[in-house]
Amino acid sequence: MKRRIVRSVAATIAILAGMSLAACSTGADPASTGDKGAQAVDAALKNGGEITFWSWSPSAKKQVAAFEKAYPKVKVNFVNSGGASDSNLKLQNALSAGKGAPDVVQMEYMSVPQFVLTGGLLDLTGYGFADLKNQYTASSWANISQNGIWGLPQDAGPMALFYNKATFDKFGLQVPKTWDEYIDAARKLHAADPKYYITNDPGTDGGWGSAMLWQAGAKPFQTDGETVTVNLQDEGSQRYAKTWGTLVREGLLDNIGGWSDEWFANLASGKIATLPAGAWMPGVLETGAAAGSGNWRVAPMPTYGDGSAATAENGGSTEAVTKQSKNPALAAGFLRWLNSSTESVDIFVDSGGFPATTAKLQSEEFLSAKPAYFGGQEINKVFLQASKSVLPGWQYLPWQAYANSVYGDAMGPVYASHGDLSKALADWQKANTAYGQEQGFKVKQ
Amino acid sequence: MWFLVPFLLVFAVTILAPVIYAVGLSLFRDRLVGGISFVGFDNYAQAFTDEKFHEGLLRVCAFLVVQVPVMLVLALVAALAIDSGRLAGASFYRVAVFVPYAVPGVVAVLMWSFLYSDRFGLAGNLNDLLGFDLLKPLADEWILPSIGNIVTWEYVGYNMLIFYSALRTIPEELYEAAAVDGAGPLRVVGSIKLPALRGAIVIATIFSIIGSFQLFNEPNILRSSAPGLIPTYFTPNMYAFNLSFLGQQANYAATLAIIMGVVTAVIAYIVQVRGSRQETQ
Repeated sequence: MKRRIVRSVAATIAILAGMSLAACSTGADPASTGDKGAQAVDAALKNGGEITFWSWSPSAKKQVAAFEKAYPKVKVNFVNSGGASDSNLKLQNALSAGKGAPDVVQMEYMSVPQFVLTGGLLDLTGYGFADLKNQYTASSWANISQNGIWGLPQDAGPMALFYNKATFDKFGLQVPKTWDEYIDAARKLHAADPKYYITNDPGTDGGWGSAMLWQAGAKPFQTDGETVTVNLQDEGSQRYAKTWGTLVREGLLDNIGGWSDEWFANLASGKIATLPAGAWMPGVLETGAAAGSGNWRVAPMPTYGDGSAATAENGGSTEAVTKQSKNPALAAGFLRWLNSSTESVDIFVDSGGFPATTAKLQSEEFLSAKPAYFGGQEINKVFLQASKSVLPGWQYLPWQAYANSVYGDAMGPVYASHGDLSKALADWQKANTAYGQEQGFKVKQ
Repeated sequence: MWFLVPFLLVFAVTILAPVIYAVGLSLFRDRLVGGISFVGFDNYAQAFTDEKFHEGLLRVCAFLVVQVPVMLVLALVAALAIDSGRLAGASFYRVAVFVPYAVPGVVAVLMWSFLYSDRFGLAGNLNDLLGFDLLKPLADEWILPSIGNIVTWEYVGYNMLIFYSALRTIPEELYEAAAVDGAGPLRVVGSIKLPALRGAIVIATIFSIIGSFQLFNEPNILRSSAPGLIPTYFTPNMYAFNLSFLGQQANYAATLAIIMGVVTAVIAYIVQVRGSRQETQ
């Protein structure tokens, strides 16, 4: 919970401070879609009406106000849903009760399969949303487009390697291009001063662990209707277990939990030398570890040997339209404006979000930002490259939120005893298999 | 009998209804695929083979066997000392021992988690001073004793007060008679005070057993200070909580709650029966 809030509140505020946010791209132009469904949406927006919108984005209130100004006949009842897990619970309850769900709802990408599966979301293909595909990065679009179009991406979190240059210089380390180099740097650093670690990982963050598996080329979760494959021993998972497992076994990871005071203190001082994290990280560092200003830099994620760039998405949300919506065309219209219009995306990025639209990502102001925290490095160029090299084919479990919550149960004992990471992955697989079967899925391993 | 109506009404609404509702919940299962269905006693059958539940149950039993006697002996010694009449400033000690109970539980655990931290806390400072790791309260093998220490610190004063108030009800004549008979202070404790305390000890033991089975706050808050060491099923209560709010398995959580309620009631009953049998001896 805390991390989600911090992440979404804090993301890239300072990078963008002082930038002109004048529109430089066109966003969605309803007239150009030329689709019957799109026309129905246009008509609904013109006719007006009332819809309800649940979100926990810090920008949501402002976006709603701007929308109501642009479409005075539409009234949007905005409800702050508090956060992802509260929102999921309330939404699930409303959907099972058959009433009480909002028209438009924010959810994390990882929760989309759960709500698609239980039949709560509306397929937006009929409203001309397929035409919007090109406006988004491939990896964010992939998150909402499995067997239908279930929303529009709000933000993205392509992973990169954040590293503390001061620490690297002090100990004569090179920025690692491969994970093998990363392990060498980890050994060298910790041997030189046992108070320094290459990074922190107590084995409790399932969202991050999933992203690291994704980056290693793992495809552990595949859903086909009510049949779910859980295989945390596939080639990519084994690659991750072998590489990251070396760091676990040799005690090269600091066991501080993320988002704690100690974590921020050690990031500021450079005792945690690197962080593999999503593109929303800069704002978190700037606000949480302000004393480290000027020392941090961003590099592409290390690769697994063959040298080709590969990364993953860490976090991110979409908005979706529920099946309970009494005015789905209008709800679709609001959603289309919310996550594709230049005006709305600008508000979102302005309040700290990392965009999912290619127009915003490729805009000159965005790319040429040189935040002082990162020593004037044009970090968004690194993130743009990252967003282009996200490995395709990843799927979340239909119970990913639960899976992440019990990730620490499987990892904790192995991390504490510097044991075998592939055993921990096997335990996580066991827990997921049991849960899937209890929830009525056919689980294949 | 009309004056019983308000009591019975409140009893039905606040005690009976939730229990009946929980029992009802425990007979169903809500699945992501297939929705809600009646499953009879399947949830109970699952609990009997659920290793996570058993692990948590065994953990609180181990905790109970060690922590409760330690805490009650400390409370008893404190009560006897304060009641002895030989402690200067007895009322100060009485209040001071009781104060931790008045500290909100969450605050107490946060405070202890800072003391325990071997990075920034007292344990860390001490280790730095000594040059080696003497104290590692948040390490895997020490986490349960560390929690026991917090719980003891919180509840010694509460139990001391139960014992102390029982001691105050002993008639002064008994002490005078003992003095006339030439009984020393130890004899007074053994022959007068401890027998008089028997009922209070039974009550305090029952409360402590219930408290141990309900262990939740302390481990749940320490989770963030000791990442990876406290799983979601560390105690039965934590397990039920996480099943319900993370796994959306409210039905199974209700089942565990009912089983824990029955187990606690049975053990408390045994303690009470044994305690009163000794009393009549």
